[in-house]
Amino acid sequence: MKRLGTLEKNLQAKPLGFKKRFRLSEFLIEKAIFISSFFAILGVILIFLFVFREALPIFTNPEVTKEASLRLFFSTTIWQPISDNPRYGLIPIIVGTLKVVVVALFFSVPISVAAAIYTSEFAPLRAKEYIKPVVELLAGIPSVVLGFFALMVMASFFHGIFHSTMRLNALNAGVALSFAIIPVVYSIAEDSLNAVPRSIKEASLALGANRWQTAFRVSLSVAMPGVLAGVILGLGRAVGETMIVLMASGNASILSGNIFDSVRTMSATIAAELGEVVHGSAHYNVLFFIGASLFIFTLFINSLAHLTVTRLQRKLAGKI
Amino acid sequence: MNSKIKTNIISSFFTGLTLLATLIIFTILIIIIGNIIIYGHKTISWEFITKAPREGMTAGGIFPAIFGTVALVVLMIIAVLPVGVMTAIYLHEYSKPDFLLTKIIRFAVNNLAGVPSIVFGLFGLGFFIQFVGAGIDKFFGLEVIWGQPCLMWAALTLALLNLPVVIVASEEALRAIPKETREASLALGATKWQTIRRVVLPQATPGILTGAILSISRGAGEVAPIMFTGAAYFLPYLPHKPTDQFMELGYHIYVMATQSPDVETTKPILYGTVLTLLILTLLLNFVAIFIRSKIRRQMKKSF
Repeated sequence: MKRLGTLEKNLQAKPLGFKKRFRLSEFLIEKAIFISSFFAILGVILIFLFVFREALPIFTNPEVTKEASLRLFFSTTIWQPISDNPRYGLIPIIVGTLKVVVVALFFSVPISVAAAIYTSEFAPLRAKEYIKPVVELLAGIPSVVLGFFALMVMASFFHGIFHSTMRLNALNAGVALSFAIIPVVYSIAEDSLNAVPRSIKEASLALGANRWQTAFRVSLSVAMPGVLAGVILGLGRAVGETMIVLMASGNASILSGNIFDSVRTMSATIAAELGEVVHGSAHYNVLFFIGASLFIFTLFINSLAHLTVTRLQRKLAGKI
Repeated sequence: MNSKIKTNIISSFFTGLTLLATLIIFTILIIIIGNIIIYGHKTISWEFITKAPREGMTAGGIFPAIFGTVALVVLMIIAVLPVGVMTAIYLHEYSKPDFLLTKIIRFAVNNLAGVPSIVFGLFGLGFFIQFVGAGIDKFFGLEVIWGQPCLMWAALTLALLNLPVVIVASEEALRAIPKETREASLALGATKWQTIRRVVLPQATPGILTGAILSISRGAGEVAPIMFTGAAYFLPYLPHKPTDQFMELGYHIYVMATQSPDVETTKPILYGTVLTLLILTLLLNFVAIFIRSKIRRQMKKSF
């Protein structure tokens, strides 16, 4: 009787509410986790601020605007930053970037999309397990190694075939660049093709379509937004990639449509000239301006690709 | 009947094309790696990886570059791993997917992953060296110690570049752990943090390790971000404090391949250096891919 009494007392003393006990260490670690999560946001903001800060004098500082301004960038076709009369014409550099990127996409997109179709639609199950890691291995080759390969081996190879006057040119850089882009486009295209529900494919096969027709007309068209997102990301990577282009393109700012001419791209211009530039000069600000443009461009590209992929995922999950 | 045969031929033709594309990728990989192994393996010797360059980098070894790369990568991983893993824990364990903050963090991670590496280089120069570094020097009234390219700033620049890699891999590792495991721990009276530390994190370790290894491999191979934030052409001594400059494998390759006065004499050393870097990065990639495929297989089994 007495024992029951104490039990009752105990029950009364500790009512059935789970009151969280305050633990200092736990409180601190959870706050630390919360604060850490801001680093990524902080990183993007700081990159934005500090790259733009050094590009800003082009718009505000009258000393700099005399040499370099938005109007001057596009009123000359000559890029000649180191001379008595420096000229910062961005047109040859933008055209050069476009040339290399177009060549790179021309080679990488068909190959990587086709390989993605093969991996997800036709490859035997066992082969599938090997194909993906091998392509991922290509992504693991550092870009400076690809640049080296393009400079030492591929340039001579192309020179032997085409006998172009310039050994290092847009074709060479573009093809080397495509090696870096293939894994990007491939892995996103393959992921989206894999995400196509089996029921859709089976329906197509049951209606009498063969495997190729199913792969091409059904799977690929359902996964198209994902494949496009891969291509868009590949484009972003191609525009921003530096070391390959720096080593393989010849780095001459020639304005022409010929892919056998040497070219100078936006990223390579920064890499090649920032080392020797005087801090705070107009040239310095122009290089940061090019960097800021690259940053904005990739930000736009990435958001676009991200949006496309999320919409596809939602669609495949049956939410649209 | 005739048209059916025609469709079949067309179908096989296109199927063959997709196979061809896959083989082309394989061939590219084999040619690149093969070429580098064939021309590079003769150079690699014990002396090559333990001695410093001599005679204007046309003879001797590449030890300072290996040392610099390792020092750089170690500092980088110390900086990036805790932040990356904690961000992943926040994203997966604490926040809800429809929080505005979660969406902003994801947006930031996504975009950080796409920023060109050369822009990270510009940022390192503009922020770490000319803002933070110069600020420290001014504050303590020092001569130029922190406000110049050095190991510390290069490592931090790379850490920011690799932050998305670590976050994405860690989050994938956390996602692979079944919800029931967490619920079991919570039901036994463990607090949320105890659950994360003693139950979730031990299981997620292989996945987190994959992210760490991939980011080390990427960090060892990136050149553009460190060109202006700390890498040096040639140094007669090894870096021994965070404010020293350093030599690095990738940058060493770039310098020897493009600025060498005599490419033919440098060629064997150049190939040897490329092979060393390639072995380093591909080995790390192999390990990471292996761990990841193992985890994925386990995940498939558990469902």
